[in-house]
Amino acid sequence: MNKSAKLAELRHSLAQYGLPPDWPAVATGHPQADAVLGGGLRPGSLHEIFAKGWSAGSFAALLAVQAAGSKPLFWIRPDYEAMEYGAVSPNGLLELGGDPRQLILVRTRNAADALAAANDVLASPHVGALLLEVEGMPKCLDLVASRRLALAAGENGVTVFLLRNGAQAEPSAALTRWQVTAAPSHPGDDDWGNPVFDARLTRHRAGGLGNFLMKWNPQDACFETANSGAVVRTPADRPAVAPARQRRA
Amino acid sequence: MRPRAKDAPENIAQFKAPLVISHKANNALHVYALEARAQKLGLYKGQPLANARAMVQPLEIMPADERADATLLENIADWCDRFTPLVSLDSPDGLFLDITGAAHLFGGETAMLSMVTQRIAGQGFAVRGAIAGTSLAARALARHAPGSIVPPGCEAEKIAPLPITALDCDDKSLRALRHAGLKTIGMVAERLHSELSERLGKPFVTRLRVMLGAEEQPLLPRRPLPDLMTEQRFAEPVVTEKIISASLLSMAECLSSILEREGRGARLLEAAFFRADGKVERIAIKTGEPLRDPKVMLRLLRQKLDALVDPLDPGFGFDLIRLEAVLAEETKPATVSFDSDENARRQIGYLIDRLSIRFGEHRVQRFVPQDTHIPECAGVAVPAQDHDFDGQPWPLKRQSGDPPRRPLRLLQKPEEIKAGLPWAPDGPPKYFRWRQCRHDVARAEGPERIAMEWWRKHGYTRDYFRVETKDGQRFWLYRDGLYRQNGFAPHWYLQGIFA
Repeated sequence: MNKSAKLAELRHSLAQYGLPPDWPAVATGHPQADAVLGGGLRPGSLHEIFAKGWSAGSFAALLAVQAAGSKPLFWIRPDYEAMEYGAVSPNGLLELGGDPRQLILVRTRNAADALAAANDVLASPHVGALLLEVEGMPKCLDLVASRRLALAAGENGVTVFLLRNGAQAEPSAALTRWQVTAAPSHPGDDDWGNPVFDARLTRHRAGGLGNFLMKWNPQDACFETANSGAVVRTPADRPAVAPARQRRA
Repeated sequence: MRPRAKDAPENIAQFKAPLVISHKANNALHVYALEARAQKLGLYKGQPLANARAMVQPLEIMPADERADATLLENIADWCDRFTPLVSLDSPDGLFLDITGAAHLFGGETAMLSMVTQRIAGQGFAVRGAIAGTSLAARALARHAPGSIVPPGCEAEKIAPLPITALDCDDKSLRALRHAGLKTIGMVAERLHSELSERLGKPFVTRLRVMLGAEEQPLLPRRPLPDLMTEQRFAEPVVTEKIISASLLSMAECLSSILEREGRGARLLEAAFFRADGKVERIAIKTGEPLRDPKVMLRLLRQKLDALVDPLDPGFGFDLIRLEAVLAEETKPATVSFDSDENARRQIGYLIDRLSIRFGEHRVQRFVPQDTHIPECAGVAVPAQDHDFDGQPWPLKRQSGDPPRRPLRLLQKPEEIKAGLPWAPDGPPKYFRWRQCRHDVARAEGPERIAMEWWRKHGYTRDYFRVETKDGQRFWLYRDGLYRQNGFAPHWYLQGIFA
């Protein structure tokens, strides 16, 4: 092996350092987001979702439903979350296209218990996805804890969504970080009841960033491009965003 | 069951006034219990307290605390669990121990009786005991001829010389027997049972027959009898965690070999730790599926021990550890399955067991559908361990292709909102204020009218609206009652958050 090949290999392995293993990505259905994410959500990784307003919980739940596929979905919530943001309604999940029979809810007393439960859940490779809800910025959720979550997720291929309500972004081991708010539906839309999210991908360790207007389609249980009313249309003959590896910044 | 003043030497006790416990019955104070010294002075149980005071001066009087007595009796019963699993309370001051098949473990009945009484006496209680074929015979003998052991079938003979007070029947019956000149149980037993039954009632005859050993009366156990039980006794109390773990594992292995032979598995396991000083601690674990693997049993037990709020305190050490399969169920034949779905299901079951043990079974939940229109009752969260969750279909409310009609999150209690004027008299408000924030309604759909089930007395009617605010948040509001009913503006509530 010559020097340049060796260097290239080293560079590649350095670039891959700390990233979860390469499982086939789960497409979200939103073309631009999938392009930026490199095909979709990568299983066995940690995703942080920061909330503004009331909507991020639903966004995280919908991503988790997609990532879980036909496997069980664990939702870990401290009791405070249910008091503040409402209890999980299985009928609501069904209406959004999920399957309540897959959902297992773990209610914990506080964030520390929630993290302990998450580590238990991540030890099983038969879990589809884990949604972990944490309020504020508890001390127990530091860089070490998030690194541990990411490693455990990578080991068994369980996708973890960490929903942070009322928190500021801080250093973490997450693969992606999202800022999510609700977006009004387009005045011309008939199906305005389907949730629309203004999702900003503010950090991505393996690719580019972007702002997406994502609308959930409960029938097919996937996201789609929301009609924002802007004049710029999605090009028909090429991808809207260049693939992540071709882009330069 | 009277605590003796152990720390007070006899000669000092003589200078103290005799102790009497008082109790209020029929609006008068009576002697409830008394010391041996007080008894020598002519006082007796049930005597009016005023009489006792008149007879003996000075007298130390304390009020009875029946609740504390009951707790104490329960604790002694807990301690007695080490001799047999079937211990029954004979309130207020007695215990029945069913020692069927257990006496040989303690060196025969004589040795067992003296051991039990000595060890209870050693803890500072006045105790009397007896062994007989039926519970009531043993009770009568313990109270009137303590220390006697009746060989099988000889109850009538031993009971006969006891006075009629040993029958422990009510005053009226006692008086009737005395009037008839019957002084001992033997004399009563000689009468025809039909005569007694006519004069004193059938329960009296049943009692008499049980006491004479002619009839059996089952005991009421304090705790459910376990299906299987293993235990380890230690000559020297054990303190270290290592030995406790090792003995738990060996007991689990023993249980599992029996379970395997019988084709069963444990659903409910209980480990009891008997401390040398008499305290008993129990931990129970529940599993979703019949369990047989000793390693898994040990792991679950250890997890539960780690999760205890106040950790297991060995104190001076445990002299007996017991592992019970309180509930054992038949297992389906363990076919070696190469089906990955089946394996995954089982692994998820184990995971749910682990989480349930660690955080409490009510904290790990799944949902079951309910056949009702009331939104907050339509899906009920139940402990995930207990139910099999396949096959219950969930009814979809929305038409295919329509947006969702039920929110993902329901507030635990609908919160009242300050609603602005409606668009139309029957419509949703133009704006509302919820949790100090103003929300302007951009779009709304409704009403979806949900009324309380007709068979309930206090029905309500709610008109639900799905609304989208100007900044894109989607809420589920309802108006309580009909519009302008009785001339009052209706109340508006926010119940759910769509997305």
